[in-house]
Amino acid sequence: MKFSIGLTLGLLLLWGDAFAGCLTRGTGDMGIVVERAAGSLQIVDTTLHQTLFRVEGLGDLSHASAVYSRDGRYAYLFGRDGGLTKVDILCGNIVNRVVQGGNSIGGAISQDGKLIAVSNYEPGGIRIFSAQDLSLIADIPATKVNDRDGNRRGSKTVGLVDTPGQRFAVSLYDSGEAWVIDMKNPKVPKIQRHEKIGALPYDALVTPDGRYYISGLFGQDGLSLLDLWHPEKPPRIILQGYGRGEQKLPVYKMPHLEGWAMAGDRAFLPAVGRHEVLVVKQGDWVETGRIKVHGQPVFVMARPDGRQVWVNFAFPDNDTIQIIDTETLTIVKTLKTGKGALHMEFSPRGEEVWISVRDRDEVQIYDTDSMEMTHRLPADKPSGIFFTSRAHKTGL
Amino acid sequence: MKHTSLLAALSLATVTASGLLLADVAPTRQAEIIHLLKHDCGSCHGMRLEGGLGPALVAGRFSQWDTDQLALTILYGRPGTPMPPWRPFLTDNEAHWLATQLKQGIRP
Repeated sequence: MKFSIGLTLGLLLLWGDAFAGCLTRGTGDMGIVVERAAGSLQIVDTTLHQTLFRVEGLGDLSHASAVYSRDGRYAYLFGRDGGLTKVDILCGNIVNRVVQGGNSIGGAISQDGKLIAVSNYEPGGIRIFSAQDLSLIADIPATKVNDRDGNRRGSKTVGLVDTPGQRFAVSLYDSGEAWVIDMKNPKVPKIQRHEKIGALPYDALVTPDGRYYISGLFGQDGLSLLDLWHPEKPPRIILQGYGRGEQKLPVYKMPHLEGWAMAGDRAFLPAVGRHEVLVVKQGDWVETGRIKVHGQPVFVMARPDGRQVWVNFAFPDNDTIQIIDTETLTIVKTLKTGKGALHMEFSPRGEEVWISVRDRDEVQIYDTDSMEMTHRLPADKPSGIFFTSRAHKTGL
Repeated sequence: MKHTSLLAALSLATVTASGLLLADVAPTRQAEIIHLLKHDCGSCHGMRLEGGLGPALVAGRFSQWDTDQLALTILYGRPGTPMPPWRPFLTDNEAHWLATQLKQGIRP
């Protein structure tokens, strides 16, 4: 008896040693908050509204985004400076880090969780890595174009998402293309190139079911739609008539499509160059309404139950958040958060939303029912907030 | 701190290519403009001005540009590209001051 207690204690000590500083818990109520200027991130507990760890040394995180491993333990962070970092959120440390490009704009994790794809501006193209050790698996350069300085360079790539069938979809900003990259055989990527999808696709999204890939266009009216169930069909332009003949307003920050809002059979999209949110019926993709809002929308995000849509805005209106009731299509509340409300993330079932407010150096947490602030969390110039619930969602 | 005093020194008297003598931009306003440059111009040009959807704003790129051209681009944007006019937020004087900083190579 005495012996076995001693043995148990010994084992416990060894155990404690091997996992010093690491948490033993589930990660389903965890997430990260990017601190863009400091190049650090906070690992947070979304139940207790607390910071668990702060991880530093992540480079330029000014436009950083993240995806999660399917076990919810690792966050893969995509930095502006080409850095791809694998962070263990239970231990609060960097597991692996590679600087894989000169200038990057986000990435995606494959359907099976084994591949991480990164979208690069410089050099333009896609690089695909092992999720295990971040070793390079495939390097896929983009179509060459002439830039404004007369140099030959690869098109910038944007709107990279995972889609079913172990594929990635990506849009090419300068060359106006959308590519679907099949990685079933990682050694031999199969690329389907859709040319002439529209002028200057600036971002894209995939519907939550993984069927439609939609690229927002800066260079012309409308959006480009690709039906991934029918790869034989060419992409088509939807919402083409939107805003035709009207003078566009200046856009001081490009909208993001990634966090777009699906509520029932309707999609809510940020208009470009207009202070409006567009309502579109999924399926035939016709516009069914427009909602006048406070400024140029950046993120238009549905609460997980689809009842509300929360919208933030580009400079100089980025001190405001508006909440749209999706049943009446009216604005039910306008919040003043302080300047630099950059990103929003809903708790997995939507009772709370976390909003990063850059110039206040804090994350504000709101009850989505009362639409009142309930908590604040100090953070150094916070931007992206990413919860582990993204681990099991296509396109996030 | 060193950064701010350097900027203040640079801005004491700025003469544009057209010979116009520009008034000083107050240090507090300079700090606001640099914040704007870093975080809002940075949305497209990168927080470190090393480029993003928009081109890098590093000194080497502007050797062919004079300060007036740069200031006009800041104020009125660049048609056919996503570059918007910043006229509502900057005076002529402030745009020239910012153009001078960019041409000299600023790392916010």
